[in-house]
Amino acid sequence: MNVHEYQAKELMRQFNIAVLKGGVADTPAEAVEVAKSLAGNVWVVKAQIHAGGRGKGGGVKLARSLEEVEKYAKEILGMQLITHQTGPEGKKVLKVLVEQGCDIDHEYYCGIVLDRSVGKIAMMVSTEGGMEIETVAHNSPEKIIKAHIDPATGFTSAHGRKLGYALGLKGETLKKAMAFFEGLYKLYTEKDCSIAEINPLVTTKSGEVLALDGKLNFDDNALFRHPEIEAMRDVTEESAQELEAGKYGLSYISLDGNIGCLVNGAGLAMATLDILQLFGGTPANFLDVGGGATKETVQKAFSIILQDKNVKAILVNIFGGIMKCDIIANGVVDAAKEMNLSVPLVVRLEGTNVALGKKILSESGLKITPANDLADAAQKAVAAAKGAN
Amino acid sequence: MAILINRNTRLITVGLTGKQGSFHTLQSRDYGTNVVGGVTPGKGGTVHEGIPVFNTTFEAVKETGANAAMIFVPPPFAADSIIECIDAEVPLIIAITEGIPVADMIKVKGALKGSKSRLIGPNCPGVITPGECKIGIMPGHIHMPGNVGVISRSGTLTYEAVYQLTQREIGQSTCVGIGGDPVNGTNFIEVLELFEKDPETKAVIMIGEIGGTAETEAARWIKTHMTKPVVSFIAGAAAPKGKRMGHAGAIISGDDDSAEAKFKILQECGVTIARSPAELGQKIAEVLKK
Repeated sequence: MNVHEYQAKELMRQFNIAVLKGGVADTPAEAVEVAKSLAGNVWVVKAQIHAGGRGKGGGVKLARSLEEVEKYAKEILGMQLITHQTGPEGKKVLKVLVEQGCDIDHEYYCGIVLDRSVGKIAMMVSTEGGMEIETVAHNSPEKIIKAHIDPATGFTSAHGRKLGYALGLKGETLKKAMAFFEGLYKLYTEKDCSIAEINPLVTTKSGEVLALDGKLNFDDNALFRHPEIEAMRDVTEESAQELEAGKYGLSYISLDGNIGCLVNGAGLAMATLDILQLFGGTPANFLDVGGGATKETVQKAFSIILQDKNVKAILVNIFGGIMKCDIIANGVVDAAKEMNLSVPLVVRLEGTNVALGKKILSESGLKITPANDLADAAQKAVAAAKGAN
Repeated sequence: MAILINRNTRLITVGLTGKQGSFHTLQSRDYGTNVVGGVTPGKGGTVHEGIPVFNTTFEAVKETGANAAMIFVPPPFAADSIIECIDAEVPLIIAITEGIPVADMIKVKGALKGSKSRLIGPNCPGVITPGECKIGIMPGHIHMPGNVGVISRSGTLTYEAVYQLTQREIGQSTCVGIGGDPVNGTNFIEVLELFEKDPETKAVIMIGEIGGTAETEAARWIKTHMTKPVVSFIAGAAAPKGKRMGHAGAIISGDDDSAEAKFKILQECGVTIARSPAELGQKIAEVLKK
């Protein structure tokens, strides 16, 4: 789960991680009130959406007067902000964060992620602040310094020293950076983050070490023990279809193609997209009905797939292990009848109770194209989608 | 022979009396697995479907001589149950549970180090040695005994591969689901090493996915250590370029974790690749003929 920058910074304050003073606003008038409450005569107005690259897209503005705060807040609120992470349609901005300005001395990068290869958390820093870390990793990997943190020791001063000296910091600034790193590690572990990224982390002319931006992601599997994080969820940032699918235990991701897919198991679902593509087709979605699907969830899956108007054919690919083929077959038949399914339907069933499942389909009176195996199913679905065009 | 489990395996199920735990334990027993006990705190001393129940894994192992445990405990408590099995020195722990927090698995990984236990999973279909022993949720009837080892991060995709083999009357020595979670107990290399040493295994199917670098590391290991042929498929070539954080592991290692990059490295390391998931059976048949 993702949160906004202003929410990430609220959490950072709770862990004594230095951030600039600021507040969130829904209207230009509120933005001015926030600016008035902050000391100084320079403010930054920042669009709050779940995507990076906001500055380049025009979602971050420096205001040198209260009038400018109002003007920029007016421009940004309600705009359709397009960045390299939003897709071409962009995202509508509903909130802005207004922060104090600061005198930046130097920009750095600091991030925490899981290193899957060793099963440990790693903190990374780089002197190349403000740049995409992927670009740094690709062009100059030696500029990324990492510290792996053993769960038995937790974050120690040694980790802090390694990272702080690697950034070339010294004296009071080094001490402040070490405290910053430790605070971020505590936040990451105590709140079950899956990523924490401060880009840029800055030192100021007055010797402060601050998070200028802040991005936090959380482990969905651990949200059960963090109701305070769950409460930060912004449903306007999530796809309505994906949310609806989630309620029924379905895992759905919308794609650009025209063949709707209904598969059990994430690996087989991915492989089904792959084989469609190999035969020249384009999948409209990824959909894993999971292991415990019922007739109702199959129906729901169909209705979600059909909400996508690009869908020209549907491929059902089920390898019944625990899930029995006859249950899926009944769900498919009922859904097709109730929804007056008009697009071609290709069904491949295999595994437990397959004979019964195939019988249910053939006796349904519906126009269903049966497939013998994975390749046959993919070829038939691709042909059906092309024929419908 | 085979690897990890065979007819001498003595299984306990942790979380035996839950709906899923009970169902799949009975399915495993029907397949021929020697189920010697179960663990459900508070139900010790009772008998569930003919299986004695204990309060702790420690007690269950002491009383039954179990040498394998299957974990069917809900995600919030699953890591605790795995650690309990490590403490009871169960040699083989197979965790089926899906949805364990990553932070919990990092602790488990720490506890495994220097212990007497091996963990398979979590979030996996389990392990089966066809005709001898099944520990997990896979449909037993699609398997047949034979000489091909199967390792996979996925569940149903593994069934697909096994089914293609059985259709061609190519049997399997052991099929191992190592699980789809970012932090798991046993990786591809460790299982490949077991297959390499197993005289019954003549060839191996390795099914990977996008994300992480486990397949890349396995490819490099295969190049220098593996004498038996390996056929591999990587799922996710058509997946949209993931949300960037999916690549965090790759930033650290400096490796590209896309399907394309993995296929390329596998091929360079002498692995036979199947670009289509429907070709796995055929490719294995080809390498076995050589």
